[in-house]
Amino acid sequence: MNTTILLFLIQDGITNGAIYALLGLALVLVFAVTRVILIPQGEFVTYGALTYATLSAGQTPGTAQLAVAMGIVAFGIDLFLARKSLHAMRVFRAFAVDIVFPCAILGLTLFAAGRHNTIAINTALSLLIVAAIGLFLYRIAFQPIAHTSVLVLLIASVGCHLAMQGFGLVFFGAEGLRGPAISNAALTIGPLSFSGQSLAVYGITIAFIVCLWLFFGYTLYGKALRATAVNRLGARLVGIRTSLSGQLAFLLASVIGALSGILIVPITTLYYDTGFMIGLKGFIVAIIGGLVSYPITAFAAFGVGIVEAFSSFYASNFKEVIVFTLIIPVLVLRSLAAPEVEEEQD
Amino acid sequence: MSQRFSILIFALIMAVLPLIPGMPPYWIVLLDNIGLAALVAMGLVLLTGVGGLTSFGQAVFCGFGAYTTAVLSTQYGLSPWLTLPASLVVSGIAAVILGIVTVRLSGHYLPLSTIAWGIGIYYLFSKLEFLGRNDGIGRVPPLQIGSYQMLDAGSIYYAIWFFVIASAILTLNLLDSRTGRGIRALRRGHIAAEAFGVATGWAKLLVFIHAAVLAGLSGWLYAHFQRAVMPTPFGAQAGIEYLFIAVVGGAGYVWGGVLGAAIVVILKEVLQGYLPLIFGGQGQLEIIVFGIMLVALVQLAPGGVWPWLVGLLPFKTTSQRPDTSVALAAPARAAAPAGPLLRIDNARKQFGGVTAVNDVSFDVGAREILALIGPNGAGKSTTFNLITGVLKATSGTVTFAGQPIIDAAPQTITQLGISRTFQHVKLVPDMTVLENVAIGAHLRGRSGAIASMLRLDRADEAALLAEAARQIERVGLGDQIDHLAGSLSLGQQRIVEIARALCVNPMLLLLDEPAAGLRHMEKQRLATLLRQLRDGGMSVLLVEHDMGFVMDLADRIVVLDFGTRIAEGTPQAIMKNPDVIKAYLGGVA
Amino acid sequence: MSALLTVSDAHISYGKVEAVRSVSLEVGANQIVTIIGANGAGKTTLLNAIMGVLPMKGGVTFGGEDMSRLDIEDRVASGLSLVPEHRELFGTMSVEDNLQLGAFRIARATAARSFERVYTLFPRLKERRKQLAGTLSGGEQQMLAMGRALMGAPKLLMLDEPSLGLAPLIVADIFRTVGELRAAGVSVLLVEQNAQAALKIADHAYVMELGEFVLAGPAPEIATNQQVVASYLGFQHA
Repeated sequence: MNTTILLFLIQDGITNGAIYALLGLALVLVFAVTRVILIPQGEFVTYGALTYATLSAGQTPGTAQLAVAMGIVAFGIDLFLARKSLHAMRVFRAFAVDIVFPCAILGLTLFAAGRHNTIAINTALSLLIVAAIGLFLYRIAFQPIAHTSVLVLLIASVGCHLAMQGFGLVFFGAEGLRGPAISNAALTIGPLSFSGQSLAVYGITIAFIVCLWLFFGYTLYGKALRATAVNRLGARLVGIRTSLSGQLAFLLASVIGALSGILIVPITTLYYDTGFMIGLKGFIVAIIGGLVSYPITAFAAFGVGIVEAFSSFYASNFKEVIVFTLIIPVLVLRSLAAPEVEEEQD
Repeated sequence: MSQRFSILIFALIMAVLPLIPGMPPYWIVLLDNIGLAALVAMGLVLLTGVGGLTSFGQAVFCGFGAYTTAVLSTQYGLSPWLTLPASLVVSGIAAVILGIVTVRLSGHYLPLSTIAWGIGIYYLFSKLEFLGRNDGIGRVPPLQIGSYQMLDAGSIYYAIWFFVIASAILTLNLLDSRTGRGIRALRRGHIAAEAFGVATGWAKLLVFIHAAVLAGLSGWLYAHFQRAVMPTPFGAQAGIEYLFIAVVGGAGYVWGGVLGAAIVVILKEVLQGYLPLIFGGQGQLEIIVFGIMLVALVQLAPGGVWPWLVGLLPFKTTSQRPDTSVALAAPARAAAPAGPLLRIDNARKQFGGVTAVNDVSFDVGAREILALIGPNGAGKSTTFNLITGVLKATSGTVTFAGQPIIDAAPQTITQLGISRTFQHVKLVPDMTVLENVAIGAHLRGRSGAIASMLRLDRADEAALLAEAARQIERVGLGDQIDHLAGSLSLGQQRIVEIARALCVNPMLLLLDEPAAGLRHMEKQRLATLLRQLRDGGMSVLLVEHDMGFVMDLADRIVVLDFGTRIAEGTPQAIMKNPDVIKAYLGGVA
Repeated sequence: MSALLTVSDAHISYGKVEAVRSVSLEVGANQIVTIIGANGAGKTTLLNAIMGVLPMKGGVTFGGEDMSRLDIEDRVASGLSLVPEHRELFGTMSVEDNLQLGAFRIARATAARSFERVYTLFPRLKERRKQLAGTLSGGEQQMLAMGRALMGAPKLLMLDEPSLGLAPLIVADIFRTVGELRAAGVSVLLVEQNAQAALKIADHAYVMELGEFVLAGPAPEIATNQQVVASYLGFQHA
């Protein structure tokens, strides 16, 4: 093997790994806070990427309407749950979050569609749309069953994935899409040449991880999220609402998912169902991290990215087989190292 | 109404269905598909609903079954009937390999890992040359009996439903047995089950294999029904769908799997048929509805349809009381040498830097009731765990009937004749008192899984149940024998635990706070029972906070404080001991 | 004087098993009230239900407000606080973060004052403020749990077995602090197995057996009650 190929593969692996790291972190976060294994994370990726691509092509993405529709359902649930103690304030707040917020986004989207927007505007709009979907997804599908077992949450999660993937096909069609690159610059250092987009991937990933670190380490809400993850009952006893933490976690996860999508859609063509596979690789990474450790998760992400890059070069037919069976030795090690988990009370 | 009778009626109905004049052939195809899905779902019921192990990867095992027969019958010309055992064995072996890796991971790791290897193996199916890659394998021969070829949906219908009903019966038999009780204890209370000798790791692997073999059977039938095998039906989507089926039907019930299969297969058909008519547009709309229904289902009816349906029935299934005259042979044990029955010598247990038990020594004599008392956190429960082998001592020895047991496995210690109850009651709440108590006799039975499925275990089983019933009578809970353990009061549940411990036929009974939560009369009855047991030759070691109860009952008392033995003697002596009074009244006294 | 906390005719069940039956109690302002009883009597269950952790039938009024429909979080906001049996600290977070989160529902300025108050009450916590909660000793964890609860400036603090598993010296320290809290205007509802210590500092006591109150009265009276002495105060040491 010559050095150029080697370096190219490593570079490719790191680019993918960066994305998996983001997704893995989001999955760990959501699981720790809500105990939901977020299968629809992949759909956040697809929605983000394809919304961005659609906006860039000057069209209105269906996801904006979906956000409004989900907001209306969430409003209905809010009203139903609060039926015994309806305060004007409560209704007003629910109305603002569930109806006004997504409608404003839809308005902006309709206004922006067909114009020649900057990449920044399209990115921001896509992130907003997917963030609203993520928030309402938690509100509708998970908040009513937040107290149930991991298994029940997992089944609901699978349901969300199926429905969102179906909507993805309706909105974006079966054809794949590509979006414009954030940067077209190119950089060459010795034998290495970096495309602007891959530099953007590194830069944004690092920036985002730093932001997350600051958020969790230094803000009250970040600490509250961590507290919920560490001890749910403890968090409730100091007055942190589980529903608030859950919504925050989903908001973050959907933004992370959408951002990952926007970052890769200029590099690879994405289809309505591509996100599922990307999301699953995020899972592999998260499982290696034991669904608890952020540093191990990030580290594993680069490992998986590099293995994927090399196997797609040497055994492209078996790329997916190799990536997905990578988890088995990890699990073996885990089951040898850790004693059996105590039975879950359900 | 007896279960056998219901199954017979169901079989008859299924046999007559295709004969109804004017039955559209397409409905028969649907019924075939329902049967195929039901087989997989039934395995999931046992795996997920009963055993608590969630698998999204069952479709892969269908694939193993289907590809095995496809390869063997097309490339080697083997008769499908010869490939049937091969298909089952291949799925079973795949399950053993994947199971050894994943089954130990409980909680959320298991479902996640099943998704991962589910996808990995699906890709393997679609990439391997000899499996025909994405095109799969065509021209699979039909099933054939004599010269009768099962070429169409109507003829294979009987083969499919024969296997469905036979599998249901075998699965039900398995659940209603010694092994089945072990499986049913997996989800809640596997700690107690393990203490009574249920090999929980093996039980998990067993249900995993059982589910995989059923899926393999479904795959084998599918290959000869479709007469071709392609990778698509063995992907992640299918795996998810099977789990959905089990949940819809009612994940804890074998017939729930069949019902769920019917509901989902028909629903999918209807959705695929009508949604495009209503909404026009592209396909996959049914996926959206499907997904939304899955979310709605777990929110509105997490138990599934089957238990709800059974609740509507006007008659209830009745259970037979075991015949208590059947004897169960006492376990063979070497006669205990003279001297103390249990001797604890300088036992020490450290957790990190904390010394929970600090060089404690004491004896329990034959026919003696010894009480271990001390403030909370004094190390009493840890001492119990050292004796029963749940924890390994840091140093020191424990000898029982002359044998050192400090490094013995909990199971071996149980077999030697030490059995226990738990401070926090560990019964399986959705099993009856009888079934819970029978877990105590687990090690005194022999029958394995295969014997249970084929009902060759009946004599063995009758003896176990008889023993359980006798012990329940003995502790005075005869009237509650059919009740679910979860429906009893806490005090009664403690007594059930004692009955379960007695099923071991122990020489030494370890009771962790047996009187907590008992009413005055119940305490007196318990004391009488324990005295009877002692007079019958048993020794009792108990931890208890209720001083009145202890002082009245114990022959001797050992007092622990901060992991150290601070006093030992008769109740009268202990009551006057100044160290004890100080320790018990706390530092502020 | 109307009571701060009133529980009337509480019934709490786990499935079909009724763990607490028809229990009523009152805690007045500036009062320490204790509930004593054996393991499994239902004391912890009752505290958890008052806090909203477990569902119950019956009435809970706190500061004149009906609590029975409120979530845990809203009960916290109205000044009710529970230090649970297992403490439920945020083990992988620092002592300071734990305390800061205790003031989650309070304005920033008030929180600063709460910090001072808690550090004065438990100087040990100030020394360890950068340490992870999970690495503290048992006694320090109990202090942190109480400190975290106090950060929210509660009107009533409910303590579940604060002495559990602690050495006598530390237990004495904890009980002394409980006494100081009353002086600072916080009422305390104390569940204890260490009946002797609890009765010493309490104004009023309830004795719980098998989910029911069998005895109630001023603490000194309960402490000398023959039946109580026999069953809960260990041996006939009098």
